[in-house]
Amino acid sequence: MKVGIIVFPGSNCDHDMYYAVKTMLGDQTHFIWHQEASLKGFDAVVLPGGFSYGDYLRAGAIARFSPILQEVVHFAEMGKKVLGICNGFQVLTESGLLPGALMRNRNLRFICKNVYIRAENIDTIFTSKMKKGQTLSIPVAHGEGNYFIGDAGYQGLIDNNQIVFRYCSAEGKLTDTDNPNGSRDSIAGVINKKGNVLGMMPHPERAIEQILGSADGRYLFESMIS
Amino acid sequence: MKVVIKVRLKNGILDPQGKTVNNALHHLGFSTVENVRIGKLIELDMKENNRNEAHVKIEEACRKLLANPVIEDYTYEIAED
Repeated sequence: MKVGIIVFPGSNCDHDMYYAVKTMLGDQTHFIWHQEASLKGFDAVVLPGGFSYGDYLRAGAIARFSPILQEVVHFAEMGKKVLGICNGFQVLTESGLLPGALMRNRNLRFICKNVYIRAENIDTIFTSKMKKGQTLSIPVAHGEGNYFIGDAGYQGLIDNNQIVFRYCSAEGKLTDTDNPNGSRDSIAGVINKKGNVLGMMPHPERAIEQILGSADGRYLFESMIS
Repeated sequence: MKVVIKVRLKNGILDPQGKTVNNALHHLGFSTVENVRIGKLIELDMKENNRNEAHVKIEEACRKLLANPVIEDYTYEIAED
């Protein structure tokens, strides 16, 4: 599988992602500069974390108009795999590929810590190697990760089983204390209706080796690659 | 022409920034302040003579970029021609 990692001005998790994908997958990992206009030959693309265009206006709002993003939209429409992490998730909601929006954390602070998330939907190409309800230890690092969606949109997420991850306690319980940023219903990651575009705030690419605290991120990459 | 656009969080959406500023105002003794909401003000200089045309373009710019319709509302006025 050939995976492209999109690099915007201000991306800063692109090399972590490259390392993670390459470690899990081998040779077929490439950086794609945002000015490029083709994704020909790629099977999956990843929008990494960072502060694309300095988060000007709103996080992800400007990156959405990069030449490559038009191509990512087509790529997604073709049913190919698109993964957005952190700022990548913000870009996906801004571009309309995923529902909802990411707002300022409710405590107004930048939150950088390990959290637990629960795999809510394992019938996806990104989570098939997980167990239903499995608790994963994955770090978050964001100032705007407070997932918001209106009532109608929220009902849509529930009806179509689009909530993939929720923040939880180490034991897998949903509590307000374990919801780091105030996201509606503790939502940490959602998938599109078609099931090929996933966005999540936590960073699985920072959790692929036990020596760095957790290797739980591997489940996601193993699912994606299989 | 000069255009002034105001972008606000929709009613009912929690504004933690506004809440924090509200608390700070209370600490300073502004006890009659009951609520604070914080938004953005965007000024555009437009080379446009036709007001109707300008309205269409501003609406489009707001919908496509300047506001996120999931969480924000916008209003605008053409301040001077």
